[in-house]
Amino acid sequence: MPSLHVATRKGLFRFTENGKGWAQDGDPAFLAEPVTAILEDRRDGALYVGLQLGHFGCKFHRSDDGGRSWTELAPPAYPASDDPEAPALDMIWTLASGGPDEPGTIWAGTLPGGLFKSTDRGETWTLNEPLWTQPSREKWFGGGFDHPGIHSILIDPRDSRHITLGVSCGGVWDSADGGETWVQTGQGLRNEYLPPDQAYEPELQDPHLLAACASDPDRIWCQHHNGIFVSSDGGRNFSEIKDVKPANFGFAVAVHPKRPETAWFVPGVKDECRVPVDGKLVVTRTSDGGNSFTSLSRGLPEGKSYDLIYRHSLVIDDSGERLAMGSTTGNLWTSEDGGDSWQMISATLPPIAQVAFGGAS
Amino acid sequence: MATIRFTSNLARHRPVPEMAAEGATVREVLARAFTGDEILRSYILDEQGRARKHVNIFIDGEMITDRVRLSDPVSPTSELYVLQALSGG
Repeated sequence: MPSLHVATRKGLFRFTENGKGWAQDGDPAFLAEPVTAILEDRRDGALYVGLQLGHFGCKFHRSDDGGRSWTELAPPAYPASDDPEAPALDMIWTLASGGPDEPGTIWAGTLPGGLFKSTDRGETWTLNEPLWTQPSREKWFGGGFDHPGIHSILIDPRDSRHITLGVSCGGVWDSADGGETWVQTGQGLRNEYLPPDQAYEPELQDPHLLAACASDPDRIWCQHHNGIFVSSDGGRNFSEIKDVKPANFGFAVAVHPKRPETAWFVPGVKDECRVPVDGKLVVTRTSDGGNSFTSLSRGLPEGKSYDLIYRHSLVIDDSGERLAMGSTTGNLWTSEDGGDSWQMISATLPPIAQVAFGGAS
Repeated sequence: MATIRFTSNLARHRPVPEMAAEGATVREVLARAFTGDEILRSYILDEQGRARKHVNIFIDGEMITDRVRLSDPVSPTSELYVLQALSGG
């Protein structure tokens, strides 16, 4: 039975598709706690969550029974230091499974900018020092938060040692050797708000999300602070897609798993006005590599809407037909036809940070 | 030995029995109290050993002044209260 994990400001919710539609399945886990990241590891079925408790800091839990029970584990930790200003974990922003040849390996992208790796199913974590000690990391800065953070971790399905990261704000980073060395990529990304002579500086870019095509991993789409970009060489170079209607601003992007020319976005007016254009929520889809976009709104609110879709809250399943989308207003939708039409699953959830399709557990 | 009491709000996440531990400073008392329970420690202190931003620690009714190094003195008869700051919904 297909399932959907929904990480919200006030707990982790689960929905299942029972043949008649999607319905909430059981009580939420971590009720009233902010859930910032959820991962269902397809290799062994484990669930992992990151929490950001208001008083007591970031927490990390694993479930080995589909979410019926949870075990708290020590979260990633920054190296101890005597410096009163030494960094400490501020948020687990994304969790990613290692490759099929790396059972038990998971990655965590965090604020204030550290990449962590666990090789024992989250029991222990190690900060990736080669990236953390890159001299140019000092140039990273916060995008929407006080500190920079890693929100996109792409593990190449052809080679688990090839890793691509998206950093707000620190651009795109690439490792060919499992994280032992890193190079800045993301040439061609452009930040209009920077001084003109720095607009194309790769380390100053704010990619909101990177999404790779599962069957063609060199094709990476990027919803960037400044617009939509696409790469055909694994993120080394990007081309800007211009004149996107109704707007090129947004956070989320989903890519068809088999058709790299097809991708979905959810536009907002612009960075200083993060709501749908004219109060009309639409999803946009390109099927031709960004030459044209279609606005899709059947089943989305008819009247005025002020929903914002965060970067981890628009996802597609393996079929390429089923999508799910959750908003900061607490609305949850699914589509069974590639976004042509949408069904509202709930209008009463807390603000949604992430949606993720799950298996049959 | 100093006595340590925790906010009942913490009980939603971890067992919080009243504890007693020796030490001349908040840092020393908490270090002994949290020995063997790194996860409980992580609720009160960050990985650098600093008091979490929205956690308050009182010694005999007085809020500690050194939240970074936890150097405030503690006597053998002191009572430490570990509380959460108020926050919104």
